[in-house]
Amino acid sequence: MKPFRIIGRSIRDAFKSVFRNFSLSMASILCATITLLVVAISLLIAGNVENATNNLKDELTIVVYLDKSASTDDADFIENSIKGIKDVDKVTYKSKEEWKTEMSEYNASFGTVFENYEQNPLMDSFTVTVKDVNSLERIATEIEEMDKVASANYGEDTVNTIISVFDVVEKVTIVVVISLIFVTAFLITNTIKLTIYSRRSEIEIMRLVGSSNIAIKLPFVFEGFIIGVLGSLIPVIVTIYGYIIAYERLGGHIISDLIKLIPPYNFVFLVSLVIVGLGALIGMVGSLMAVRKYLKV
Amino acid sequence: MKFIELKNVNKTYSTGVTALADLSVTIDKGEFVFVIGHTASGKSTFIKMLYREEKPTKGSVIVGGVNVAKLRNGRVYKLRRKIGVVFQDFKLLPKLTVYENVAFALECLGVSASEIKPKVLKAIEIVGLKEKTRSFPHQLSGGEQQRVCIARAIVNEPKLLICDEPTGNLDPDTSKEIMKVIENINKELKTTVIMATHDKEIVNRMKKRVLLIEHGVLTGDYLKGSYKSHEAV
Repeated sequence: MKPFRIIGRSIRDAFKSVFRNFSLSMASILCATITLLVVAISLLIAGNVENATNNLKDELTIVVYLDKSASTDDADFIENSIKGIKDVDKVTYKSKEEWKTEMSEYNASFGTVFENYEQNPLMDSFTVTVKDVNSLERIATEIEEMDKVASANYGEDTVNTIISVFDVVEKVTIVVVISLIFVTAFLITNTIKLTIYSRRSEIEIMRLVGSSNIAIKLPFVFEGFIIGVLGSLIPVIVTIYGYIIAYERLGGHIISDLIKLIPPYNFVFLVSLVIVGLGALIGMVGSLMAVRKYLKV
Repeated sequence: MKFIELKNVNKTYSTGVTALADLSVTIDKGEFVFVIGHTASGKSTFIKMLYREEKPTKGSVIVGGVNVAKLRNGRVYKLRRKIGVVFQDFKLLPKLTVYENVAFALECLGVSASEIKPKVLKAIEIVGLKEKTRSFPHQLSGGEQQRVCIARAIVNEPKLLICDEPTGNLDPDTSKEIMKVIENINKELKTTVIMATHDKEIVNRMKKRVLLIEHGVLTGDYLKGSYKSHEAV
């Protein structure tokens, strides 16, 4: 029963002292609010950058043109061979006739040009999407080596540049988010340290009347939890409503259709959960670190 | 019956200052002992060793059969539950009432609410503050605040009451009242009392055992001693 009573008392005392030391608690809560707000915004941005790069990567394909001499059987054989290559996701066939119809429909002048030819000058093709954008080059080379394949292109230079840019953007975003989390942890921990510094006599009395270290730490850990959770309330509200409004105002994309935003549900809830969890965790760990300083036994 | 035994205790701080040198003394159960000496003589270090706020560099400190010097950090709290400590600066929590300050000591130990109330009221009654249970420390006089500190120290019915200059901040009349309270606790509850003090008048009047510490060395142990015997040394 004793451990339960100590836990119960710790929770009750944690709530009491948040309100009894209201000005100091407010300072810690405000600090948590401001820093978690910055983290929330950076998470929203990071999530969208990641999403946009993944979307763009999905649109990178290899276009394979077949020799004019390739028969339907050859095309079937090549299609199966391509499907057998590792990391190939989808293979879509388009015959030269389909190309011709499509191009003529797109622009009438193409139709006029095609009329000058006795035979269709275009080639049958495959559009190959891959599972891993980094394997584009390897797959394109393998396809190019196949019989009856005229070419396999994926816009080498541009694509390689885009891939390296994406990698840099992803890494930078991760570094920024992690740094912000560390800064947040540092700021919140220090503000909580100030709160606990003002209550060191309370800790001293607890030690001298014979409280075990765990019984001393618990109320402060719960208090840190409460401060962290209260501090994350405004960032969560801003995340949910701010993102939904921004998404609707922007029509779900930025600049062009190419950069699509992540739909608000469940993205905002996931970010909110991370923010509340982060606030609670930093609050608890911060309090624990601060109170340990005064527990020299 | 031996309750406290210090054997060849030495304490040297990391700064190189020697606070206690080869100090040996025994104190029986139920005794009332004054520890006197000049400022920085080693009184406080002696007192702090009893509740393991300080550890000796050499020697053993046995309190109630336990060698405090060898006690693991994780078990120190068990020793402190058997000891009440009264400070010169009271160390009350300003935002708690008299009742809450005394109850705090028991709540920290996980005592049930039904047990806390009678124990706290009894302790408050012993120190004569029955009418002030709902007052906050800032509404009390210095003497009253010290009584709250004493009530908090005895609420868990400790076997040893350690007082570190409890009358240091009080006027002579209030000091007398506080000493009466402590003497009653010693007589009626049979609690062993060890008190560090500078107050000559109290020591001379009460005629209790006196330990004199000078420059970290126990230079006098008088059974019904006083500052006069100290001066005679």
